[in-house]
Amino acid sequence: MNDERRIGRRTFLKSAVISTAGYASASLIADIRQPGLPACEQGTRSPFEQLRKRVGGQMLTYASTPIHQLHGMMTPSDLHFERSHSGTPAISPDSYKLLIHGLVENSLTFTLAELKRFPSCSRITFLECSGNCQDYFKKGPQTTPQELAGQTSQSEWTGVALPTLLRETGLKSKAKWLLAEGGDAALMTRSIPLGKALDDAMICYAQNGEAIRPEQGYPVRLLLPGWEGSSCVKWLRRLEVGDKPWMTREETAKYTEPLLNNTARQFSFVMDARSVITSPVYPAQLEKGWHEIRGLAWSGRGSIKRVEVSVDGGDHWQPATLHGPVLDKAHTRFSLPWHWQGKDTLLLSRVTDSTGYRQPWVKELVAVRGIGSLHYHNNGIIGWRVKSDGCVYYEPVVG
Amino acid sequence: MQPTIPIFCLTLWSLSSQSFSELPQFHLGTPATDQEVAKWNTAIRPDGKGLPPGSGTPPDGHRIYQQRCQYCHGIDGQGGPNDKLVGRVSEDHFPFAEKDAPRKTIGNYWPWATTVFDYIRRTMPYTEPGSLSDNEVYALTAYLLHLNSIIPENFILSATTLPDIVMPARNRFVSDNRLEKQEIR
Repeated sequence: MNDERRIGRRTFLKSAVISTAGYASASLIADIRQPGLPACEQGTRSPFEQLRKRVGGQMLTYASTPIHQLHGMMTPSDLHFERSHSGTPAISPDSYKLLIHGLVENSLTFTLAELKRFPSCSRITFLECSGNCQDYFKKGPQTTPQELAGQTSQSEWTGVALPTLLRETGLKSKAKWLLAEGGDAALMTRSIPLGKALDDAMICYAQNGEAIRPEQGYPVRLLLPGWEGSSCVKWLRRLEVGDKPWMTREETAKYTEPLLNNTARQFSFVMDARSVITSPVYPAQLEKGWHEIRGLAWSGRGSIKRVEVSVDGGDHWQPATLHGPVLDKAHTRFSLPWHWQGKDTLLLSRVTDSTGYRQPWVKELVAVRGIGSLHYHNNGIIGWRVKSDGCVYYEPVVG
Repeated sequence: MQPTIPIFCLTLWSLSSQSFSELPQFHLGTPATDQEVAKWNTAIRPDGKGLPPGSGTPPDGHRIYQQRCQYCHGIDGQGGPNDKLVGRVSEDHFPFAEKDAPRKTIGNYWPWATTVFDYIRRTMPYTEPGSLSDNEVYALTAYLLHLNSIIPENFILSATTLPDIVMPARNRFVSDNRLEKQEIR
């Protein structure tokens, strides 16, 4: 049917050319235009743009954002990275409720409609899995930023400030920790210090202007700005207030960093500053001349103060331009114009955040923490090798 | 059902500049019934708070393991498509930050035995969490602790005996010790 239509239109155009040939030049006729598609109820990406998350994991429990194919600082909701511990549940907004109990004056449940009646707040912030870049040493040259560092994304999140809800329940004097529990099959749990809950924690029901996507915790998730993604429990159904942490599997066996002094660091929630170049990167093929080096930088401890780029493997560093707004605990876009003259070189970026902390070399992290520690919270400098033929490859910077 | 401060104040409301006790109340939400709380209040703490009645032994757990767990975790917890569960390291060494470190297991890395019970009951088996009885969870926990040479084969695991078990990695864990002034942390 579509083919017939197209042929019909072509035939029509041909006849139009013939009938008007005597009156206008051929070049003008070629500019004849047709109306485009009518307005539609739901927009879609251009068919020329093939953006995909990259799915992985033994049980298909994660998918990474194509950060090297995106622009600006926001992540389209459908491309936000995902990580679950038992898949994405289907939760009806009508039956949803959030239970808050434990060391509170009043144990309460809140429906989704009730949560939305509270004063709302919004903030733009990144979310990053603490395991982002965990394959720093394992990945080969043919690795994209999505495969290496795509477990980070940024959205505008909207919901109710958690202290607003805790004011409703009241807190007993011994309250020091919260247990956040998801309503997924795993009933994923994390212990959260009360200080964070009372600082800037949010109970979110919206992401980028619409309801949170199912993979992001529909209908409600916890958001702890700047803290590792696994602590921002999705499909949140329960908050228990207690006086001690629960020592759940995720905060003991998993999201902890063994150190060289025979200990393991736990409750290391804050994501330290990281930057990553997103262009030019594998699989780009460069031509000589001007290019713009682009990337993202962020810190869980504050805003971005400075990003420096090196186009000679770290011998010299140049300040990159930061694209505003430069927000607290948020992805910040940076760029630097660069004239490539065809020589083999290594591109690097490093960020300094508002606390003065500068992104370290991986070799420095290895020396202080140990290589086995870098499964989580590996925020070391990332390199991209430009070969003299213009091919760009991922390169672990370990020397 | 009225907020205790006028609405116009909310626009100026900053959490960092206002103490918790000064926040307004909106009197939304419904008091939770004991039943509602009991149904979801299943988390187990290291002191044993939350452990249910029941018990189990390593041999009981072995039988259940073969049927429900072995497919993913291998014979005797040696690992399969998913995590290896059994293995010990020498007591004076905790080698996991080193190159070619051994795989983390319940016996060499998990600091609390209560976590094993909580996690199995909460999340396992992967394809059917919630399908194990409390007795089965006690038995599986006992089996895995026994395989890791932490309890003897005739040990009866229960709410009374579980919290007293000291795991090999109990004293290895420290709370986040990254300092803001540290350049490398």
